[in-house]
Amino acid sequence: MKKLTILISTIALALSMTATGFAADTIKLGVAGPHSGDLAPYGIPAMKAAQLVVKKINAHGGVLGKQVELLIQDDQCKPEIATNTATKLVTDGADVVLGHICSGATKAALGIYKDAKIPVMSPSATNPPLTQSGDYPNFFRTIASDDMQAKMAVDFAIDKLHVKKVAVIHDKGDYGKGFAEFAKKFLDEAGVEVVLFEGITPGAMDYSSIVQKIRRNKADALIFGGYHPEASKLVSQMKRKRLKTVFISDDGVKDDSFLKVAGDAANGSYVTGPRDLSSIPLNAAATAEFKAEYGAEPGAFFQEGYSAALALLNAIEKAGSTDYDAVTKALRTEYVETPVGNIKFDSKGDAEGVGFSVYKVENGKFVELK
Amino acid sequence: MEYFLELFFGGLTRGSIYALIALGYTMVYGIIQLINFAHGEIYMIGAFVALIVAGVCTIYGLSGVSILILAGVVAVIYACAYGYTLEKVAYRPLRNAPRLSPLISAIGMSIFLQNYVLLAQTPDFLPFPRLIPDFDFMEPVAHIIGSPELVILITTMVTMILLTLLIKKTRVGKAMRATQQDMNMARLVGVNVDRIISLTFVIGSALAAIGGVLVASYIGQVNFYIGFIAGVKAFTAAVLGGIGSIPGAVLGGFVLGWAESFAAGYISSDYEDVFTFGLLVLILILRPAGILGKARKQKV
Repeated sequence: MKKLTILISTIALALSMTATGFAADTIKLGVAGPHSGDLAPYGIPAMKAAQLVVKKINAHGGVLGKQVELLIQDDQCKPEIATNTATKLVTDGADVVLGHICSGATKAALGIYKDAKIPVMSPSATNPPLTQSGDYPNFFRTIASDDMQAKMAVDFAIDKLHVKKVAVIHDKGDYGKGFAEFAKKFLDEAGVEVVLFEGITPGAMDYSSIVQKIRRNKADALIFGGYHPEASKLVSQMKRKRLKTVFISDDGVKDDSFLKVAGDAANGSYVTGPRDLSSIPLNAAATAEFKAEYGAEPGAFFQEGYSAALALLNAIEKAGSTDYDAVTKALRTEYVETPVGNIKFDSKGDAEGVGFSVYKVENGKFVELK
Repeated sequence: MEYFLELFFGGLTRGSIYALIALGYTMVYGIIQLINFAHGEIYMIGAFVALIVAGVCTIYGLSGVSILILAGVVAVIYACAYGYTLEKVAYRPLRNAPRLSPLISAIGMSIFLQNYVLLAQTPDFLPFPRLIPDFDFMEPVAHIIGSPELVILITTMVTMILLTLLIKKTRVGKAMRATQQDMNMARLVGVNVDRIISLTFVIGSALAAIGGVLVASYIGQVNFYIGFIAGVKAFTAAVLGGIGSIPGAVLGGFVLGWAESFAAGYISSDYEDVFTFGLLVLILILRPAGILGKARKQKV
């Protein structure tokens, strides 16, 4: 009985190999990410997005007249597994790869894809050096990098508000301090003077000392990294102390509580926040598609995953082949309509126009500045 | 010089609030050697009651200052009721228990009250109306000391003077001092010690509620958690000045407020708490009983 099982499974394996061999004329889209383990909720929506996109494209005749085949591999978000995953996808002949999900796993796997000349696109790896270091010309992403917000805020302050002296304040937390440090870096690079860089204690009774310090340093703008309770206190006290300094902050402040608590004092402030995607038709369509198929809400990185699958397959279509140089060139030059907007990728691999917008507080409302 | 004045008044304002709350800690400690950890929550409840009253008053179309006074009075009454009940429920049954028991009871009340407000009201930050108007005559110096700071300073000064008069000049004050010196002896000469202890809690709570209302209308927001931080700082002030000593609590509040303000202003706000607590350690090394505290011999 045991021998019979082994025999059957051997034959099955052998047949499956030939099956892959015969079906060589497909476009192979590798999908890598955590599909098991505790981080699976971050990987599965992107995988399902790829399945939906491939199903739809195949129903419409595929890419370049060929059917698209999915090669799905689990990396559990672990760098040591991700290298195996990448090797497996390379040997299986993936033409392009959607993944990986976690920044650490992506970094570990990228070198292998680079050597094999395979374009990789992550829907979720936000670690800035992945694109900015320039080490991985084969890497693209459909999500904004961690420093994107700070970049938006600083560019806006310099280009639109023409600030000369900036105070950078943060709440000493990971999120706020990270934002503030990126902002300081970009300000330094742009040659704008950072007159103050300090942390404040969240929940302190008042911030009058730091407000006076901002006045003393004659800052044109205050860039604050942190959340809305401190932001409300800061803007109220700045108004109380008759400061004209412009207040600029991050997504942690783009909360209705900020408007409600700071009231009038919030008017004229600027915050960065995720772009309003609800007006993009494909976004709603993708969600509806998912709901029809699975009867649930899509989950994290679904829209980004959907966009990445579309962008990769569109690039192959536009390039006319799966050749590495042609595909990466198409990704950088051809616009594609996706759930995160009409996008193409910049020279480093970040999607242009994805992620954040600057919002101005006007009459107690956030108004997106185009 | 202007910068110095700005920081000076900022520290003075903050310090006077610390002092108001610290008085409650120190008075209770002086009489029953209990650190009432739920005191910060009374401050927070005062602010919440004022918010509710202010909301109702605004509907009836009253103006800024009259709302402030009305909301303040109602908040004080509520806070007094809370302080009174707190003592009856959580501390009186443990009067003769080992000293750790009421301390645990106090921490328990603090957690209970915080979560009570969290559930009964909201976990969010709520806007508090700016009840203190901007006076025109303050406009030229508004960047150094604004109208809210002025109102806070005047109110706390008046409150402290009234408290001093109460303790020094009235029969009740005399009974309080007697109870503080020797509870059994006071009882022997006919002081109703239980009532004096209740009264101490009520007065402390009233001061905390005044602080809560002033801070909330100065900062413009309230949350169930504000009492914890203010309570810790005020407790520090009380220890700094010498716990059990009333002038010590006031002095400790001001010293702490200035230390924070100048440390943040001249050095770095990153290290604001490092400097203030460093100062506390230093003072306790030099004067273990606090600036104005009297070292008492412990009976072993």
